[in-house]
Amino acid sequence: MDFKALGLKAGIEIHQQLDTAEKLFCHCPTTLQKTEEHTGEFFRYLHATVSEMGEIDRAAAEEMMDRRQFHYLTYPTTCLVENDEEPPAPMNREALGIALQVAKTFAMHPVEQVHTMRKLVIDGSNTSGFQRTALVAMGGALPHGGDVETICLEEEAAQRVEGDTFSLDRLGIPLVEITTSPCMHTPEDVQATAEYIGMVLRSTGKVKRGLGTIRQDINVSVRDGARVEIKGVQELDLIAEVVRREVQRQTELLAIRDELRARHASVGEESYDVTALFAGTKSSILKKAKVIRAFVLHGFAGLVGREVQPGRRLGSEISDYVKKCGLGGLFHTDELPAYGVTAEEVARLREHLGVADEDAVILVSGSKEKTVCGVKQAQHRARLALVGVPEETRKMLEEGSTAYMRPLPGAARMYPETDVVPVAITDALWDEVRVPELLCDLARRFERDLGLDPAVAHQVAYSESLPLFRAAIRAGIKPNLAARTILATLKELGRDGVAVEKITDNDVLAVLLAVEKDQVAKEAIPEIFTAIAGGEAAAKAIESHAGGISEEELTAIVRKIVAERMEFVTEKGMRALGPLMGVVMEEARGKVDGKKVSEVLRSEISRVI
Amino acid sequence: MSERFATGDLVAASCRGHPVEGTYITNRDGMAVLKMKSGYNIGVDPATCNRVRAAGAPAVRAAAPAVVQDETLPELAIISTGGTIASKIDYRTGAVTSQFTADDILRAIPGLSSLARYRSEVLATILSENMTPRIWQDLARAIYAAIKDGAEGVIVTHGTDTMAYSASAVSYMLDTPVPVVFVGSQRSADRPSSDNIMNGLCAAAAARSDLGEVAVVMHATTNDDACAVHRATRVRKMHTSRRDAFQSHDMAPIGSVEYPSLAVTLSDEAVRRRKTEPVLKDHLEEHCGLLYFYPGMAPEMVRAYEGYKGLVIAGTGLGHVSTLCIGALKDLVDAGTTVVMTSQCLNGRVCDRVYDTGRDLIAAGVIEGEDMLPEAALTKMMWVLGNETDPEKVRTMMTTDLKGEIRRRSDYGF
Repeated sequence: MDFKALGLKAGIEIHQQLDTAEKLFCHCPTTLQKTEEHTGEFFRYLHATVSEMGEIDRAAAEEMMDRRQFHYLTYPTTCLVENDEEPPAPMNREALGIALQVAKTFAMHPVEQVHTMRKLVIDGSNTSGFQRTALVAMGGALPHGGDVETICLEEEAAQRVEGDTFSLDRLGIPLVEITTSPCMHTPEDVQATAEYIGMVLRSTGKVKRGLGTIRQDINVSVRDGARVEIKGVQELDLIAEVVRREVQRQTELLAIRDELRARHASVGEESYDVTALFAGTKSSILKKAKVIRAFVLHGFAGLVGREVQPGRRLGSEISDYVKKCGLGGLFHTDELPAYGVTAEEVARLREHLGVADEDAVILVSGSKEKTVCGVKQAQHRARLALVGVPEETRKMLEEGSTAYMRPLPGAARMYPETDVVPVAITDALWDEVRVPELLCDLARRFERDLGLDPAVAHQVAYSESLPLFRAAIRAGIKPNLAARTILATLKELGRDGVAVEKITDNDVLAVLLAVEKDQVAKEAIPEIFTAIAGGEAAAKAIESHAGGISEEELTAIVRKIVAERMEFVTEKGMRALGPLMGVVMEEARGKVDGKKVSEVLRSEISRVI
Repeated sequence: MSERFATGDLVAASCRGHPVEGTYITNRDGMAVLKMKSGYNIGVDPATCNRVRAAGAPAVRAAAPAVVQDETLPELAIISTGGTIASKIDYRTGAVTSQFTADDILRAIPGLSSLARYRSEVLATILSENMTPRIWQDLARAIYAAIKDGAEGVIVTHGTDTMAYSASAVSYMLDTPVPVVFVGSQRSADRPSSDNIMNGLCAAAAARSDLGEVAVVMHATTNDDACAVHRATRVRKMHTSRRDAFQSHDMAPIGSVEYPSLAVTLSDEAVRRRKTEPVLKDHLEEHCGLLYFYPGMAPEMVRAYEGYKGLVIAGTGLGHVSTLCIGALKDLVDAGTTVVMTSQCLNGRVCDRVYDTGRDLIAAGVIEGEDMLPEAALTKMMWVLGNETDPEKVRTMMTTDLKGEIRRRSDYGF
């Protein structure tokens, strides 16, 4: 695809959890809990509030179509603020400090007086029905062109456990939200920018790591298309693919629109109760439905089933809207007969409605109220197909296709959080903010100053274990030993089933120091770690591997082994070195350096051959 | 600083050198607060602000849809005193305004209109900490008038801070044949999670129920599952912020309203509808005080009430003050002040016959307040002294149950 010719414009919003001691508006810790360890539960309903104009925000209104009961799980680490039973504490200064560090890195302009707002969100993920958010800085620049428009500090939503049940441990963790302008024109640009911003965030050393701690929302539009916001892309590697698929979707929807217009297609206003036509149906879905309603899409035949993205058709787009009424979806004649619906039933339906071959029929089944709602929603979405691409908020599906979530929210979602006093960012405060050393610069410095291989330097700088590596260097450990142990040894042991999570940073440092002081051989590191992971105290594990072997002892071991395998040694000559290394190492039980073994073995072999 | 801009003006400004444009909202701590197009508010240096366009006339407001009331339903009166059970948000400025008229409340809580038809009266628009005995009297008169005028139930919207005082005061002043239900919200009405809607609907359900007394109807638990119906003289706000802050003392609530079914259940104790004709006795003696004793309290604190007609003491435990303060209390009593002892324990009965200090208090002429809550004893004292001058009769009335404030027996396991 020629993205520039298609007029691709994309921007991103990055949400990154901060690793602060306390939450943004209460004094609870920011640690996540296991849902099965919750100690309390309660439930609430949420109601949208009418605005001055007598309007309810369109996104909020749609979320309310189905009145739902939301359940919340509480923990000893959550409090009445998360429960929406106590006013918020003042804004967490540690979180604000991190946001300002990021702002300064992008050369942004900090807001002089930061006001916390309430942004309506009534999908249940916020107990209050709003998310607290504050604009902290504006007008920054990306190194390769493009603008960072804003950085906001906001509270994380509660984690959905399943259905309408949410876990309150995550609610209130500080997030920074970084928004770029729609300055990117290829899918690869978007991915590279996301990667860069993520690196800047991690450079502060104060952000959470791991799955779900960073989320990207992507705004995409093509010429004649519409702005679509895709929420919650967690995997960086998928970003370019998500953009490509969205461009494809918008392009296909525009092509469908043109075809529909050429056909003078239209959406039938009437809907019909066709329950009786399916009296003896084999379709399990239709069989259990109280009511089946149908309506006609004149001139839509073949287009409802047309693919707009891998695995997604115009029919899926219409179906997403129907699901908002609490229904499972719909059937359309482009996909029938199938799902237990027979060709005879389809023919009977077509005949009953008197539709032509070029028309498509949509079937919605469920309770009476829900099918009425479903038909209305489906007709609405079908009409939008005649206009083009609707502005929407969408969620990512596996592989990078997307499904409809809700309309784009209007600005009518925000009003002041009067319980939080504004925070002044004075010149003095701003001057004190330090720009962190970027991880890309740090990697180059490790390469230069520590003599690390470029790939290792990069890996260690970007690693979650960077603080441990730095502590090791400060303690005088050789950089290569520290890097290999931290990046490779621990990971390999973990892969082999060793409980490496039980090995603390202090344990690792103690073992590395013992190696550095020649108390233990570096070959013994895996065994010592295994012992520590098995519950042994680090000091004891080190001691039982300490002492090494003297050169005489080693020579004696080597002589004995060579003597026992004299035939093999005479036959292979120096090529026996490799196979015998392992035998000697095993005998020496890891208490000796491999280089030393190879040296002694080599001289012994050359002595006998 | 004089306001150079009007709310709604479109203003261009500079945020540390970065150009911004937004709607002028207000001045806050010397900064001009602008609402950006994105909806965010920021504070900028007012010296950098220039008006781009003056605020236009407020957008022509689509006339709020008229609320149609179902004439076949029973009529309830809604009397507002200032508690916000309904509010509106102006997203242009972000301002949240409280709503008090029946139409506004019905628009904000749509389910109300299927329960009853309503007429409304805005008696006051004050924060409940600014409530006064004068307003309690006005309230009792307004409720009485509504009942005389045919209301089959009365809903009083009230700030939660002093709701229990008002409810108990009204309860003494008014004999009511219909439910008089006080209701409010603990979490602001602008938030989608507010308890206003559920409390409002439950209050309306209670107001058309078989109840015949003054009650407080508020969340029973932190869940949106039911409201408790509390007797006005036995209820107290027991938490600063939780939805279920209101708790009955020394007795179970007199009823509950399930949500969302709005099914009302009344206990056997609850007074039923039409057990009395409406009677208003609205005199109150305001010159009464409530003193919370603490260890080491100087007798001067007691003497500060010299000249008062009555004083309720929230004493320790069974109803004590220090030996040091007893002399000052005796002087008050001797000078004609009615002194009633209640307990900081809130639960349980006062008994000044167990310890010496207690016996000394009785000897000094202090009246044991039985198991009355301190606040309910204060409002009762105002009413008793407003209607009776004979000290002996006052003493008898203060120790006699009038509106459920004194229980003859201390139940166990309610």
